[in-house]
Amino acid sequence: MTARRRPPFPLGLLIRTATAWSVALLLFFPLAWLGLTAFKTELQAVATPPQWLFTPTLENFHEVQSRSDYLLHARNSVVTSVLSTVFGLLLAAPAAYAMAFFRSRWTRDILMWMLSTKMMPAVGALVPVYVLAQKSQLLDTQLALIIVFALSNLPIMVWMLYSHFRDIPPEILEAARMDGATLWQEVRLVLLPLGMGGIASTGLLCLVLSWNEAFWSLNLSAAKAGTLATLIASYSSPEGLFWAKLSAASLMAIAPIVVFGWFSQKQLVQGLTFGAVK
Amino acid sequence: MNRSIPRLLLAPAVGTLFLWMIVPLGMTIYFSLIRYNLMQPDETGFAGLENFAFFVTDPSFGTAVTNTLLLLGSVIAITVLIGVALALLINEPFPGRGIVRVLLISPFFVMPTVNALLWKNMMMNPIYGVLAQVWTFFGAQPVDWLTDHPLFAVIVMVAWQWLPFATLIFMTSLQSLDREQLEAARMDGATYPQQVRFLVLPHLARSVAVVVMIEMIFLLGVFAEIYTTTAGGPGDASTNVTFLIFKQALLNFDAGVASAGALFAVLMANIVAVFLIRMIGNNLDR
Repeated sequence: MTARRRPPFPLGLLIRTATAWSVALLLFFPLAWLGLTAFKTELQAVATPPQWLFTPTLENFHEVQSRSDYLLHARNSVVTSVLSTVFGLLLAAPAAYAMAFFRSRWTRDILMWMLSTKMMPAVGALVPVYVLAQKSQLLDTQLALIIVFALSNLPIMVWMLYSHFRDIPPEILEAARMDGATLWQEVRLVLLPLGMGGIASTGLLCLVLSWNEAFWSLNLSAAKAGTLATLIASYSSPEGLFWAKLSAASLMAIAPIVVFGWFSQKQLVQGLTFGAVK
Repeated sequence: MNRSIPRLLLAPAVGTLFLWMIVPLGMTIYFSLIRYNLMQPDETGFAGLENFAFFVTDPSFGTAVTNTLLLLGSVIAITVLIGVALALLINEPFPGRGIVRVLLISPFFVMPTVNALLWKNMMMNPIYGVLAQVWTFFGAQPVDWLTDHPLFAVIVMVAWQWLPFATLIFMTSLQSLDREQLEAARMDGATYPQQVRFLVLPHLARSVAVVVMIEMIFLLGVFAEIYTTTAGGPGDASTNVTFLIFKQALLNFDAGVASAGALFAVLMANIVAVFLIRMIGNNLDR
C-alpha cells in the first residue's frame, strides 16, 4: 500500500460537477426541446419568446397517426430492422466462427476485403440497385430493404463477431471436440453460450443502424414499405411544416431506439470498436 | 474435423458480399459508358467517356469534393478533440455521473432525418429557432444558418450526432488506463497537463484510430442531413459527392452520368481506404 490518496479538493469536484452537467444538458437540450414541443399546440410551438410553461396536449400524436399512418411506418421499421438483423447474423456468424477458429493464410485478406466493401459509398450502388429492384418488382417492398440493410451491415457484423469470437480461448472448443462433440454440439453447447455477449452487441448495433438508415429507405421505398426515417423526411417539404406535429412524429420515431440505446450502451461500445477498446 | 467445413461456413457471407459488390460495380461501369436516361429510354448507345467528362466538368463537382472533405475533416476534428476533453471530464466520479452519461450519448441514437429537421426547424430557424432567440436575447442579429452558412449548419448537425459516439469510446478506453502508473506520475510531481500529454493521450491512440475509421466509413456517405435540410443548396454550398450523384440519378434521371459519378466516389473512398487499412492494420492486428 502506497501513501493514502488525498481526498479530492472539494472546489475541483464542484467545478467538475457543474461543467459536466452543463455540457450534458447543453448537448441534450435539442432533444429535450423536441420532447416539449411534441406536447404543445402549433401556436405555442412557434411562440416567441419560447414557452416553458404550458398545458400539455396529446392532440399532435393523434394527428400524426390519422394523417400519415404512423403505425404502418413503425411496423415497417420494426419488421425491416429486426429481420435484416436476423438475416445478417445468420450470414455473419458462421463466417466469423470459421475465420476465428480455423485461421488460414487468407483470413486476414478476407477480413480486409470485407471491410473495403463498406468503403464503397452506398451512392455508388444506387443506380444499379434501384434498377434491379425496379426490374424485380421489389421497389417499395420490405423485402428489398431487409436484403439491402443486411448486406450493407454485413462487413461490420462479420468484423464484430470475429473479434468477439477471438476472445474465446480456442482450447475450450478443442476440448469439446476431443470429447467427441459434433460441430452442432460444439456450436450449441460451447460457442453460443460463450459468444452470446458478442452476438447480442452485434445484433444491437445492427438494429440501431437499420432503424436509423435513411439513404436506402428514402430511395427504395415509398408509401407502402416506408420506414419511420422516410415518414420524418416527408415532413421536410414546406407545406408539411407543422412543428408540433413534426415533433410528435419525431419523438415517436426516435424514442424506442434511444431508450433501447440507453440500456445497451455497454454492449454497443464493445461492438462498435470491434472489441478493440476495452 | 473435415477441412471443408470452415469454407462451407464462410461461403454464404463471402458469396453474397461478393455479389453485393461486383453486380452493382459491374452495372455501374456499364451504365457509365452508355447513354442512359430513365426519362428518355429510346436515347441509347455507347457514350465512351462522355459521362465522366460531363460529371467532372460540372461546375458543382469541385465544390462537392471540397465540401465532402471539409465535412469529413471538421466533424472528425471536432468529435475527437471535444470527445477527449469530455471523456477526461467525466472520467472521475462526481454526483450524477450515470445520468450525465445517458444524456451525453443520447444524440447518437437519433435518426439522421430527425436530427436534421430538429436542427433546421427548432434550433436554427432564423425567427422562431432557439438559437435566434438566444441571439436576440443578447441583442445580436439572429443568423439564418441554413441560408448563410449551410455547410457549417450541416457540420454542426453531424458533429452533434457523432460527438457522443467518440466520447463513449474514449470514456471506455480511459477506464482501462493503469491507475497505479498515473498515481506514480502524480507522486513524481507530474502536472495534470503532463499526465495527459505523456500517459493519457498515448493510451487513447488506439481508440482515436477506431473512432476516425468508423466515422470515415459513415461520414463519406452523409446524405439524410443534406436531403432534409438544404437539399444541397443554396446553389451547391452544401452539396457533397453523395448528394451530387443522387441529384444526377433521381432528380435528373441521368443514370449514365450518375454512374460515372458513382465510380468517382468509389475511387475517392478507396483512396481513403488505403490510408485507413494501413492505419488499422497496425492498430487492430493482434
